Amino acid sequence: MAVKICADSFEPWQEVQQYRNSAKKMAGKSGATAIFIGMMRDVNEGDAVKGMMLEHYPGMTEKHLEKIIAQAQQQWQILDALVVHRTGTVLPDEPIVLVAVWAVHRGDAYDANRYIMEALKSTAPFWKKELLKSDAERWLKKNTDGYASS
Amino acid sequence: MTMSIKVRYFASLKESLGRAEDDLEFSGPATVKEVWERANAGKPLPDHILAAVNMDYAQLNNAVRDGDEVAFFPPVTGG
Repeated sequence: MAVKICADSFEPWQEVQQYRNSAKKMAGKSGATAIFIGMMRDVNEGDAVKGMMLEHYPGMTEKHLEKIIAQAQQQWQILDALVVHRTGTVLPDEPIVLVAVWAVHRGDAYDANRYIMEALKSTAPFWKKELLKSDAERWLKKNTDGYASS
Repeated sequence: MTMSIKVRYFASLKESLGRAEDDLEFSGPATVKEVWERANAGKPLPDHILAAVNMDYAQLNNAVRDGDEVAFFPPVTGG
């Protein structure tokens, strides 16, 4: 498994391909790959947003994400997982987060991916501050519950 | 026993306090909540603030030990 925090923009498909190519243990075994990519939108809560600053807690963020992946490994039969998350200034249409999960079968890949993403949203120490088109700034107060609002 | 504790603040809490960290030295023992109060002149911890000790989530009544890093931050909004 791998966790990467990126201060600059990243290319999620390239990250998936590079990781898959380097993880030889998956060759011939990973029948299923589930990928989630979260992108920045240019509107939130009815306001036009032109940018976002993403803060994290260096050390705790990585440690906590590794713990979330380990919890997923205990609950589902997965072969490997990759989590990449942005920090710093993010612009609309740029990727914020990538969660990729490899498993023998699709059920484990889908379910573990969803678990990792929801646990990341509700517990991984990242904080977003939006820069609105009006030049006002605001900290986001809370993430929505992905299971409840979907 | 003298305890040395590093206290860290993040995001909107860091902005409202106007500082990112404190280095405390005091006679122990202490809980996470007491560390906040020592660092912030007895001011109550704002609602919804979360805490971590040595980079793991902690409860306010957890004990801290000499050398610990204690962090306080608002609800997380990543992803």
